[in-house]
Amino acid sequence: MPEDKIAVYFCHCGSNIAGKVDVEKVTAWAAEQPNVVVSREYKYMCSDPGQDLIKEDIQKLGVNRVVVAACSPTMHEPTFRKAASDAGLNPYLLQMANVREHCSWVTEDKDEATEKAKRILNAQIHRLPFNEALDPIEVPVNPAVMVVGGGIAGIEAALKLSATGKKVYLVEKQPSIGGHMAMFDKTFPTLDCAACILTPKMSAAGKDPNIELLAYSEVEEVDGYVGNFKVKVRKKARYVNTDTCTGCAACLEACVVRKVPSEFDQGLGKRTAIYIPFPQAVPLRATIDAEKCLTLKGKKCKQPCTTACGPQAIDFEQQDEVLDFEVGAIIMATGFELWDPTPETRYSYGQLDNVITSLEFERISNASGPTGGHIVLKNGEAPKSVAILHCVGSRDENYQEHCSRVCCMYSLKFSHLIKEHLPETEVYELYIDMRAYGKGYEEFYKRLMDEGVHFVRGRAAEVSSVALSPEEEGRLVVKVEDTLLGIVRRIPADMVILSSGLAPAKDAKSVAQTFGFGCSANGFYLERHPKLEPVSTVTDGIFIAGCCQYPKDIPDTVAQAGAAAAGALALVDNPTVKVEPTVSYIDPEKCCGCHICVSVCPHTAIQYNEEKGVAEVITAACKGCGVCVAACGSNVPQQAGYLDDQIFAEIEGAMAL
Amino acid sequence: MSDQFEPRLIGFLCRWCSYNGADLAGTARLKYPPNMVPIKTNCSGRIDPTHILKAFKEGADGVLIAGCHPGDCHYINGNYRTAGRYPLMEKLLEQMGLEHGRVRLEWVSAAEGEKFQHVVTEFTEQIRALGPLGWGEQFHDESAESEEATKEAVPV
Repeated sequence: MPEDKIAVYFCHCGSNIAGKVDVEKVTAWAAEQPNVVVSREYKYMCSDPGQDLIKEDIQKLGVNRVVVAACSPTMHEPTFRKAASDAGLNPYLLQMANVREHCSWVTEDKDEATEKAKRILNAQIHRLPFNEALDPIEVPVNPAVMVVGGGIAGIEAALKLSATGKKVYLVEKQPSIGGHMAMFDKTFPTLDCAACILTPKMSAAGKDPNIELLAYSEVEEVDGYVGNFKVKVRKKARYVNTDTCTGCAACLEACVVRKVPSEFDQGLGKRTAIYIPFPQAVPLRATIDAEKCLTLKGKKCKQPCTTACGPQAIDFEQQDEVLDFEVGAIIMATGFELWDPTPETRYSYGQLDNVITSLEFERISNASGPTGGHIVLKNGEAPKSVAILHCVGSRDENYQEHCSRVCCMYSLKFSHLIKEHLPETEVYELYIDMRAYGKGYEEFYKRLMDEGVHFVRGRAAEVSSVALSPEEEGRLVVKVEDTLLGIVRRIPADMVILSSGLAPAKDAKSVAQTFGFGCSANGFYLERHPKLEPVSTVTDGIFIAGCCQYPKDIPDTVAQAGAAAAGALALVDNPTVKVEPTVSYIDPEKCCGCHICVSVCPHTAIQYNEEKGVAEVITAACKGCGVCVAACGSNVPQQAGYLDDQIFAEIEGAMAL
Repeated sequence: MSDQFEPRLIGFLCRWCSYNGADLAGTARLKYPPNMVPIKTNCSGRIDPTHILKAFKEGADGVLIAGCHPGDCHYINGNYRTAGRYPLMEKLLEQMGLEHGRVRLEWVSAAEGEKFQHVVTEFTEQIRALGPLGWGEQFHDESAESEEATKEAVPV
């Protein structure tokens, strides 16, 4: 075995590391350590000249082990391993010492940071002689992609992927794709009709030969790994044969259960027990609501739907189906939920009539909505005064700290629509800050200021029906501190629209667990890197797009969906993908066949070979958790890249100083 | 630095949650004591009791194990193994004469930079209060005679 020649590179990272750690001192110290043949410092190791230092030393000095003390390996380990590999060194003979995130950025005192950096570095210097050359494992890639969520993000991603000829499975839990955008009336700031721009895409996705639409379906289980995911999808029973149903809606006419609050209309309109959520639904198929249908509830019904249905598509015996799919990549586009303003009792949502959420107003102002697009109160009259309250459940430490990004703009859009429908109606926008950050947004805000809308800077204090003057009698009253005038105002209104923030879907956490990635502190899906990998998750091969990652408007959602599609394509367009070789192996000479490792492996990647009487690792199924290594009483399984000797050496190095 | 006892700590962090949580503490520039050196493993379920013993042998005064929250494990249930082993390990260490509190298990997600800061700060103080362990010196002093001692101790 050739002698160990370790090279140490200490990155300044501008002043990020060098501002706290005495880089010269540590570098000089490192040069004195056993096996270290060269120790260098450089301003930016990740730059080309920085990487060239490593390459030159490998080629000219015969360096055969490298440690780069710099940022987190999550950030630049691939960069440096590639550089080592380019110079002919096995990439797994390079280790990173995280002296930025784990040291310079978190330590107050310069001397202490310098000492800690030495210990972190020393752990890796001690480890390196135990590192082995490893070869990435190359596995085949399934070219199909699954998109979870059929809102605008999911539809866009599916269409983009389909255009490259890839097979796409589009899973949507509602009976129709379309998501929230299908409920909107107009879109800001261009005032395009949402349906006019969305339904062609929905229709295209429904007809696309490469896209298999799995509506009214939910993912139950995900197994496998990058390039090779196995997904179980539950296709819920519609009690309607979707192959024969034509979407003619004759059954809807016939159904006797006629007063089910329509989810699509936010409960403002009614639907039947057998229903099509909206006329442009894709797929345009009927669904029976099992909780409302008399027959399915075991009650008496003459089943007029069956009589009305020409193609005899209704099937009360239908069962859920669990289908298995194999895909190479997954795109999560599961969207958001509107924040429910009920807990904010001072705004009287659910207590007083005509206090409504923004999504309810979308339906009211929508020509296909429950009022036919007429902006009216519960009693059918037009409001003479409307107050729009910004930041409900957003920018509020009691509920959600984040800014939901779209509420200022949709509120302005509401003002415009009200003024367009009812020019005589007074409209008040009660805002904290006006955030008009997108293309054409500030211009739209300016336009609204010329349309006679009253802008009141202040967060509303309460909405009540307590009248203090004849003008307030029988109306809603919004109390607000106008922070520009410095006075408390009482604004009489007939309708109060709560511009509710965007919240993570209620099941976001459990869905993330099913797919094996995490959520941010605010509950939205956690991206791999907030800036450089905003559409990737920690799980290779799983991407995120749209409001499931964070609130965003339609243009940003569509852009992110395209990025996620490109990320998935960059993976599935290759015949193979390289996966980390940090898998376990079992020495058959040492294994006593006790089965403990077989029982603890989370991925059933260890099998007992009856003939030989030993346990064996199925390398392709092993994901490298190392649980078997720790479980074995005789330390027989070993995990490449995380050998006991390597961990012991790190401990020795860390504790030696 | 003052004369107060500075504990020497090892922190085993799982790669997917706690290591990233520690990274997030860094990105957010959250300050905590410099006493702990982190060691990365893929899963907290990889942590073997011998790693803990090794850390104490090498002179650690305390050992932190941090993994994904229950249900969040990147390897389905590796952290449940950790959670199952931990009480047994505590018992074992107790039988070896180790005070309660020198080993600590925490769940820190990739989004919990603040929690990581809090845990390390608190753990450092906890070990500072317990004082030095001194197993390291003991082992290293005795290592020269250990072979002979072993021979004597084992009945033939």
